[in-house]
Amino acid sequence: MTSITSLLGFGAEGWGDDLASGALVTIALALATLPFGLVLGFLLSLAKQSEDWALRLSADIYTTIFRGLPELLTLFIVYFGINGLLKAASDGAGLPALALSSFASGMVALGVVFSAFASEVFLSAFRAIPKGQREGAAALGLRPRHVMVLVILPQVLRVALPGLSNLWMNLLKDTALVSVVGLADLLRQTQIAARVTREPFLFFGTAIVLYLVMTAVSSVVIAWIERWTRRGEPAR
Amino acid sequence: MKNALDPPLAATPPDVLPRRRPGFAGVLALGAWLLAGLSLVAYLAAAWNPDLLARYAPIYLSGLWTTIQLVAISFVAGALISVPVALGRGSKGFVQRDLSTAYVVLFRGTPFIAQLFLIYYGFGQFRDFFETIGLWGFFREPWYCAIFALALNTAAYQAEILRGAVASVPKGQWEGAKSLGLSRLTTLRKVILPQAAIVALRPYTNEVILMVKASAIVAIITVYDLLGETRRAYSRTFDFQTYIWAAILYLLIVELLRHATNFAERRLTRHLRR
Repeated sequence: MTSITSLLGFGAEGWGDDLASGALVTIALALATLPFGLVLGFLLSLAKQSEDWALRLSADIYTTIFRGLPELLTLFIVYFGINGLLKAASDGAGLPALALSSFASGMVALGVVFSAFASEVFLSAFRAIPKGQREGAAALGLRPRHVMVLVILPQVLRVALPGLSNLWMNLLKDTALVSVVGLADLLRQTQIAARVTREPFLFFGTAIVLYLVMTAVSSVVIAWIERWTRRGEPAR
Repeated sequence: MKNALDPPLAATPPDVLPRRRPGFAGVLALGAWLLAGLSLVAYLAAAWNPDLLARYAPIYLSGLWTTIQLVAISFVAGALISVPVALGRGSKGFVQRDLSTAYVVLFRGTPFIAQLFLIYYGFGQFRDFFETIGLWGFFREPWYCAIFALALNTAAYQAEILRGAVASVPKGQWEGAKSLGLSRLTTLRKVILPQAAIVALRPYTNEVILMVKASAIVAIITVYDLLGETRRAYSRTFDFQTYIWAAILYLLIVELLRHATNFAERRLTRHLRR
């Protein structure tokens, strides 16, 4: 039996470099999904506050569907469904075969799930801002756009941050699901290593430790961002 | 007697958004959903296949039943495990506190799918050990591994719900009950838990919904729950409607649970409403 250090080491013999590249893919997927999910979630929260009932209803339908479906099923539907449509379209048009990669499918599936949850976080944050803030800003003569950007948004971000950081943790953990459709992320590299070396406990244990490190680093960064958003408040 | 300093109850009308005629964006968005819904119906009608339905409908229902069993058993087992963990989290002894904190951080900070793989594939490495203590029959079966992993996972979340709900009841309730001569157990049962239940109801049912969604992952280790049967049906027929039917069933369960929660919450808090 080879020693643990040589199994987890870097280089031709060890699997350390494979796990590290997998971890990078995991982080890249989560970071690539985040802006897309945040922007979409924010727009959805605006739609939910709109005076237009059709817009509100549409946003609610979106949330109901993507909050209710299991993430794995959403991923399968995106991966098999969109690829099926793309194949039919490219065959029909006589184009070379188009396909959505597992990374892109993961981005779409995790992004829509993230945005569905984020819209609710933003919505409750908007509701936590007293009406007087909007009225006061308007009384000072700020344009509606400036009221939003200078007065409302900074406060909304501050209130929404704990909820959003929860969602980020879920996103980071959900990236592991994309390994099922073949993305070479941390979990998939771990599975390969476990199968080849017949040391599943060691490798899955290592993967769990690496995920823990990622969530721990995230919570440090989030605490730092939270302090930054509260810099305007009097020190206690 | 109403205090003059109290804000007047109905001085401002409640925030009811005015009903306006839908604008361009609203029509576009709702139109897109309408189109999506209609094309889904059209697709299902075009793909209508009585043989397929007759063959797979009972299989899907048995998969659904497996999902329900899995969630129910793991939820109850997780609730039992969560009690000592929650007690440890609130304990003054640092060994209990650190151990239960480590448990909660470990299970909440890592993906469920990785925990499941560690238990299902990883424990197989210690087959000899499990055979000597007579537990190999348990860890060999994907079904038991799924229950074990899901129960351990939900216990970490439930421990936090339980701790938060009990901590939300003011200390004066304990003191008041003590001054009435109630024992600690009676206080907990008759005074604290009924009040904690109101706080905990929504997080608990949210947890059930999250478990229904997370339980789909066990399909990867060949448990034939709803998603497991769906994957099997898709791999045999290559018919995409297999996934659509699964999505409809999952949405039905989740919406049913959500509406039941709203109903239960209205019942439980009816003494608080004015």
